[in-house]
Amino acid sequence: MLNQLTISELVAKLAKREVSSRVATQACLDQIQRVDGRIRAFISYDAANALAQADAADQAIAGGATHAERPLLGVPVAIKDVIAVKGQPLNCASKILGNFVSPYDATVIEKLKAAGAVVFGRLNMDEYAMGSSTENSAFQVTRNPWDTTRVPGGSSGGSAAAVAADECIAALGSDTGGSIRQPAALCGCVGMKPSYGRVSRYGLVAYASSLDQIGCFGKEVGDAATVLEVLSGVDPRDSTSVPQPVPHFAAGLAGNIKGLKLGLPKEYMIGGLEPEVKAAVDKAVKQLEKLGAEILEISLPHTDYAVATYYIIATAEASANLARFDGIRYGARVDGADPMELYGKTRGAGFGAEVKRRIILGTYVLSSGYYDAYYLRAQKVRTLIRNDFLKAFEKVDVIVTPTSPAVAWKLGEMADDPLQMYLMDIFTISCNLAGICGISVPCGFTQKPKLPIGLQLLGKPFGEEMILKVAHAYEQSTGWHREKPPGNG
Amino acid sequence: MDYEPVIGLETHVQLKTKSKMWCGCANAFGAPPNTNVCPVCLGLPGVLPVANEEALRLTALTGLLLNCTVSRHAKFDRKNYFYPDMPKNYQITQYDKPSTMNGSVEFEFGAGMARVRITRAHLEEDVGKNFHFDRTSGVDFNRAGVPLMEIVSEPDLTSADMAYEYLNALKDILVYGGVSDCDMEKGMVRCDVNVSVRPRGRKELGAKIEIKNMNSFSGVRRALEYEIPRQIETLEKGGKLIQSTRRWDDVAAVTEEMRTKEHAHDYRYFPEPDLMPFQPTAAWLQEVSRRVVELPLARKQRFMRDYQLPASDAQTFVWDAALGNYFEGIAKQAKNPKAAANWVINNLRAKLAESGVALGDLKFQPGAILELIELVDSGKISGKIAQDVFAETFATGDAPARIVEKKSLAQVSDTGAIEKFCEQAIMANPGPAADYRAGKMAALNFLKGQVMKLSKGKANPALVGEVLERKLKG
Ligand SMILES: [Zn+2]
Repeated sequence: MLNQLTISELVAKLAKREVSSRVATQACLDQIQRVDGRIRAFISYDAANALAQADAADQAIAGGATHAERPLLGVPVAIKDVIAVKGQPLNCASKILGNFVSPYDATVIEKLKAAGAVVFGRLNMDEYAMGSSTENSAFQVTRNPWDTTRVPGGSSGGSAAAVAADECIAALGSDTGGSIRQPAALCGCVGMKPSYGRVSRYGLVAYASSLDQIGCFGKEVGDAATVLEVLSGVDPRDSTSVPQPVPHFAAGLAGNIKGLKLGLPKEYMIGGLEPEVKAAVDKAVKQLEKLGAEILEISLPHTDYAVATYYIIATAEASANLARFDGIRYGARVDGADPMELYGKTRGAGFGAEVKRRIILGTYVLSSGYYDAYYLRAQKVRTLIRNDFLKAFEKVDVIVTPTSPAVAWKLGEMADDPLQMYLMDIFTISCNLAGICGISVPCGFTQKPKLPIGLQLLGKPFGEEMILKVAHAYEQSTGWHREKPPGNG
Repeated sequence: MDYEPVIGLETHVQLKTKSKMWCGCANAFGAPPNTNVCPVCLGLPGVLPVANEEALRLTALTGLLLNCTVSRHAKFDRKNYFYPDMPKNYQITQYDKPSTMNGSVEFEFGAGMARVRITRAHLEEDVGKNFHFDRTSGVDFNRAGVPLMEIVSEPDLTSADMAYEYLNALKDILVYGGVSDCDMEKGMVRCDVNVSVRPRGRKELGAKIEIKNMNSFSGVRRALEYEIPRQIETLEKGGKLIQSTRRWDDVAAVTEEMRTKEHAHDYRYFPEPDLMPFQPTAAWLQEVSRRVVELPLARKQRFMRDYQLPASDAQTFVWDAALGNYFEGIAKQAKNPKAAANWVINNLRAKLAESGVALGDLKFQPGAILELIELVDSGKISGKIAQDVFAETFATGDAPARIVEKKSLAQVSDTGAIEKFCEQAIMANPGPAADYRAGKMAALNFLKGQVMKLSKGKANPALVGEVLERKLKG
């Protein structure tokens, strides 16, 4: 079935004209028809528009266009509902945007389109990317394809579930504290978070501007490399994007990892780590050792402060970033007698509980008299955390950790305990604070029920090539990524 | 008790850039509502700001013109508050690391000079404009995101008149430097006024009262003329003043309280994460410093000194810099710069205004004015004829000497011809001739006029007087 293919498999068939993009795109749409009633990864999708793009890709291929020039020509890629696509709804899984349709393309969407991708669908997420389970969506609850009574992780739960359930070939997500890597781990696919500044944020609705980064989901490491290469590069519309040369990521995957030094942070072997997760990660480390890597214990001494630091910086930035959703210029509005009443009613009705909680928290930490104690101190701790990593990377090439301390939990299980949910980000959050890159790859399953476990590899700033190479070597030597959820067809 | 006012001003000035601060939309006044807008300046979801480098240059240039230190490490911050004219509900501004600080402005005040220290000049973005209709309201975002510079003075001002003169001096500097057009009608300059009063001689400041959003300099003066006595009167009556914000009602000519300190906004400033700190290089600053121009006051003083012009003429050349530059172009060769100034101010400026021709499009060479002065000084033509010659030169571009020759406008200084005209005039007007002889000196002017008429204005007036007198007395 074409919808199950990886990018490289599909591209090979398209290039040989064994199949058309239309047929491949239709296969994805058929799969959505078949399974998304259960999974509910897509908030919406425009089938006719997707097929029209597929036809255009087929025409380009017929006209002699190659995948060397346009690496995603004819490949269906679905998009998290936080990235602007011209003419498509943009809701951030929130009620407050009403029937807003984006009048412009995000830079990453322009790049996907230029690379020939069939850009389609609006994937479910935690409202404004705030959450770790996708249960904070105002529209629907997305379910884990491995067990539909469980969460897919979050906030990019729709993206991870859609890729895992073969409803698309690849997907885009965003990662502010683990929002790509954690759902990738929980759904059993590959999730890549690039270094801060590697990919333009123009067109990504901001949650926490200094932490947000767009990344991608794929069925294997090679796919993540291919999509990342398309997305990467400095953008004149994003002052925080960095003019680093973009390597040919897919070409850099080959070769062995002999002699590479991998670091295991001792602070990450915490009590809350589920035994089966620990066992799988230990086994993965052994496997990496077998492939020739040298394993070293390292220390990231400020790890304990990461979650608190994150929730101060992220919520502070969010409190300002989400101020624009006021019902004045666009989105849903609840009228009031004066602007203040209008704001209160609109935002009161439009935002969900978690978004309100974070706006209030962020407003508080920036308030006069509290700024130094919270925001300023958090920025200082953030520098210490970054320095921890930079120091560790003087000794090792890649840091290896579990992606999540737990596998997918039951829907509703943590709904009343936001703090417990925040702690689920413990292994992923520091990466965003430090601005480094990270990837999650499947590294096994729990026994009963069978649920995916993710291995996280963290790399230096702009060291994507290195973590992709290690992830690829591991993946190719194990094959966990080839396992499919039940009911995928 | 004798009270003294202490006044500081925060002046907001729109910068003269082609595009807005964070996007490519035109920075232009007067377009139909919401036509100079894009996703960025409308604050749509997902957009990011990119700093306009020309605005950063103009801010640094302002710093240099106001004797400020230009920072090598400036940054932007978010100032958070909700208002319908604010697309993002935060304004990007510079909070604790402004682009420039610690400067001063010198200006003429009363009989002497005054100096006001400048705390800082920083860069921020303008907001949209609210409109209220019968039952609804609307917002025009054309102005949203226009680069706005805020110039904060120290509380060095001590009267309404002084504040007024400071603002005019500041405006002259900014217009001169090409930083802003400072067009009040178009809302390009707006002011917040901080004013308190204290017993003269006391060091501590009184309660600071802020008067918000003034859009004319005369309004600032009038508001202060109202507010200062109001504060003094309150204190004299035993009342207490508290830190608060007031609004100036231009129609009623009073200030009214808007909010007190307890209700002051908490703007929750924090560093703008979408923009990198701005760290100009030495080369960049060097480039900006090349745009520094002579300040208006220095120019006025130089014109008075170098060309012996009266203050009023020098001031004219400060206000109309292009005209002043034109004058300078010819004044250096002029034997009599004051005469050249008269021609430029009285004749050329009038002709330009009347014809709508721009200074750059003149048909004649600047030297023509010197030629004209020379023709008058040498007695070749009269001052009156010179006016006609200038009009002709202005219209056609022909050189004055050529016009005089072509139209035979040279004064008649040939005594024979003048004697003939004088005899004719005396013959034709026996009455006035008799009057003169009887001692009525005024009659001579009448006869002079007759001679000028007969000569079609070309007779040398001095010579005519001489000949007439001789003939009447003889
Ligand atoms: Zn714009």
